[in-house]
Amino acid sequence: MKRRYNIAVTGLNAIDSPGPGIAVIRALREAASFDVKVIGLAYESLEPGIYMHDLIHRTYHIPYPSAGVAHLFERLSYIHSVENLDMIIPNFDAELFPFIKMASRLAEAGIRTFLPTLEQFEERQKTRLPEFARKYSIDVPHSKALYSASELPDITSEFSYPMVVKGKYYDAYIAHNPEQTYAYFTKISAKWGLPVIIQQYVQGTEYNVTGLGDGKGRAISIVPMRKQYITDKGKAWGGISIDDEELFSMTRRFISATRWRGGFELELMKDSSGKFQLMEINPRMPAWIYLSVGAGQNIPEALVRLAMGEEVQPYEHFEVGKMFIRYSWDMIVDVGEYHQISTTGEL
Amino acid sequence: MMKIKKNVAISESGYLFNPGTGESFSVNPIGVGIIQMLREGKSEDEIRSEMLSQYDIDADTMEKDLQDFIGFLKQYALIDNNDEKKV
Repeated sequence: MKRRYNIAVTGLNAIDSPGPGIAVIRALREAASFDVKVIGLAYESLEPGIYMHDLIHRTYHIPYPSAGVAHLFERLSYIHSVENLDMIIPNFDAELFPFIKMASRLAEAGIRTFLPTLEQFEERQKTRLPEFARKYSIDVPHSKALYSASELPDITSEFSYPMVVKGKYYDAYIAHNPEQTYAYFTKISAKWGLPVIIQQYVQGTEYNVTGLGDGKGRAISIVPMRKQYITDKGKAWGGISIDDEELFSMTRRFISATRWRGGFELELMKDSSGKFQLMEINPRMPAWIYLSVGAGQNIPEALVRLAMGEEVQPYEHFEVGKMFIRYSWDMIVDVGEYHQISTTGEL
Repeated sequence: MMKIKKNVAISESGYLFNPGTGESFSVNPIGVGIIQMLREGKSEDEIRSEMLSQYDIDADTMEKDLQDFIGFLKQYALIDNNDEKKV
């Protein structure tokens, strides 16, 4: 008989630029080593996952990270009292900090997580990427964190156009002139706060790698993917698993040098000289994580097993040439359900 | 001798997939024939004579087309790097 876990998952916004939650849940439900009851954690009443009752048993509203750790912990304690959670898998960059902070208190309450350490989380921040790259000998495009719009006129001495203007958690725009740089700086700082990161634009082909580190320097899984179809928001709408030895060795180096704990995504650009440049490290699983299941490596399943203290062996089988193609789908929902989640915070 | 990279897959219909880069290409039947000959370890000279005997084409045109095609294979890194020298 298989063990049954109650696992809470965030990131249910399966929209045009989706959170990873639904993909993580699909992977969990296909886990061979355990059964799962999935509890959804949502910030907004229109997150599509709330209404996907065939995937999610029950969904609860939780407060935004900006409300503070105390509020979030209180809400999770209530959810735990009802659902008896075994584990929480947070899937947004912006919520990782409070969850890492709360991890030991959650563990005391019997809720496991498998997250990067605070040091790992901080070290790979976009604002510290150049420092990170130097330390671990990884190529990155030149970048700089700006804390004020008054620094903008000086950046042309360091960067040429086009350049990428990025938020500290999310959003990236390509600016072709000073006016655009200023406009994107203002837009991003209003939404995500400061600093805003300026990164030299690299022309090339986009590759991503997702994987799982056991926290002791060992790679449990590595799945490289080439983006085949990219949306206007820069998200992969289609991709294919590939077998590139350089990507495997670079990722193994990253995991062993940082002793990375948990899921992650490396965003890379292969430039015209064929060299990979690391654009970003996301400290969580990506929205395309279900491709890992297609390629024979169920990363969310292995992550749960690590959280449960099991000895997990690295995946050996990897299928090249597996593609994911995302699609949109309109659900019909009774207004009563929307009313219930909006007013009671539960559905 | 030039060699097509071992892991490059090509179907009979001419769909070519490079698992290292994720790139895929469509190749016409003549291209499929050339790739198969390269796979079999045939030299460029052998491929030239094979092509001239199979198709109604003059040597100059065939040479130009063959070099164009080989250039394409090199450009997309479908040939092992250490085997690029001409025979």
